[in-house]
Formats: sequence, structure tokens, C-alpha cells
Amino acid sequence: MAEPWEEDEAAGEIKKFMYMNRKAPYGTIYALESLEVVLIGAAFDQDVSLVFADDGVYEIVKNQSTDEIGMKNFSPTYRALEAYDVEKLYVLDTSLEERGLTEDDLLVDVEVVDAERLGELMEEQDVILSF
Amino acid sequence: MKYGIMVSEGPYTHEAADTAYNFTKAVLEKGHEVFRVFFYHDGMNVGTRLSVPPQDDRNITAKWIELAEQYDLDLVVCVAAAQRRGLLDDDEAKRHGKDASNIAPKFRISGLGQLIEAGIQSERLVVFGD
Repeated sequence: MAEPWEEDEAAGEIKKFMYMNRKAPYGTIYALESLEVVLIGAAFDQDVSLVFADDGVYEIVKNQSTDEIGMKNFSPTYRALEAYDVEKLYVLDTSLEERGLTEDDLLVDVEVVDAERLGELMEEQDVILSF
Repeated sequence: MKYGIMVSEGPYTHEAADTAYNFTKAVLEKGHEVFRVFFYHDGMNVGTRLSVPPQDDRNITAKWIELAEQYDLDLVVCVAAAQRRGLLDDDEAKRHGKDASNIAPKFRISGLGQLIEAGIQSERLVVFGD
């Protein structure tokens, strides 16, 4: 099987990919498997944005400890995204407010946006994957 | 138009596999192209050879196989999701020392890069999930 970087890319075309994350980690697998797509996708050098909305904001909350539930704490991986050139992370403002959270509670730098701005960002995308 | 299709939920538990099928069939009948159908998360369970659903209801896997045969569709199950949940082809079974493989015909196991490629190559990637 060819490695991602060996596969024939569409003549070097760069598309805007948005990953919409709306679910909390650990309770379901979507957060983890979404992150896996982002990491593999990084090899394709596309223009990537991550959005955390609704319970998805919990994916990037600081100080996660999973010892008692016997699951792997994968939150440090969000800090490694920068090394994969994934730097555009957005959080929906109301999702933070509804959950009593602020930017200070998050383990990565994000841009907090309102629904209108998020709508604008979504309009700009070529591909939106929803998890 | 060239479409990519993503199925993110398992058969029967969610309607996603049905709706994706109906959409894919409609799109093909209208003369559009479907670059790939990628099964992720529990959606990979559509690719099992071993499902025996009740006779008086639809057989989701069989419908996808038939559609794939008719239109030469590329049905791809994500290897990471499949390994986690127990769907293997012969190579995977051999590689991981398992005593059986259970992938359905017309489905193939491959990496997440296939999903990204579908996003790049398609004009629209449509996600069917929860």
C-alpha cells in the first residue's frame, strides 16, 4: 500500500478542510477518531481548520486525567498539532459559556468565534467533516 | 458532479448507512460520479460478511454490494476503525495472527488517507452520521 505522500495528489491542489468536533472525549470515540483523521490528513498538506463546538470543547480542556477509567488520555496530542502545521483552531463562544468555561481552561491556543463568524468560516471551506 | 461519500455510523443502529445508500444510488442514477464511499467509526461494520439480518427487512450490506457491482463503486473501510472493532481481510488476519477474516466482497480495507483523498478529488464530500 502506498504511503500518503506517495499517492498521486490532485496536481498539488490545496483545499480547505474543516473538522467539526462536537462531542466530548472518552464517552464516545468520535473525538479520538476525528483526531486520527487530522493527523493522517496532515501528510496531504491541505489548508486545515479545527472547530470545537457543543461538547466538543471538552476535547481540549486542560488537566484531563483518565487513570480511573482505564482509557488513554490523548489530550496531549492536541498540543502536537502545531508541529503538523494544523494551527487554525476555533471554538464557538456560546459552547464555552454554556459549560462555564473560558479560554484559560483550554490546553491549546484557539480563536473564539461567534456563530456568525463560524458560518463565514464554513462558507469558505471545500470539505467539512463532522464528528 | 463528482461525489465522495462518508458513512460514520453502524448499520441498523443508525439510519446513516441506509440514507447514504439511497443518496448514492440516486446520485448515480442521475449520471453523477461517486469517487469513493468511505466507512468510518462504526460505519465499518457495513463491510462485514457475516451479518444475517431478518428476512423481512433490508439487508444493508447486500444492498451496498449490489450497488458496487452495478456501478463499480470503491467501498473502503478504514483500517484503524476496522482493527479496533474486529473487521479483517485475509492479509490483516494473517498479519495479526487472527484465525479468521470477515470482510464482505466488494469492500476493501485501507487507510484514512483514502478519506482525505476522497475529499481532495471529489467536488462534494457528503457525510452521513449522527
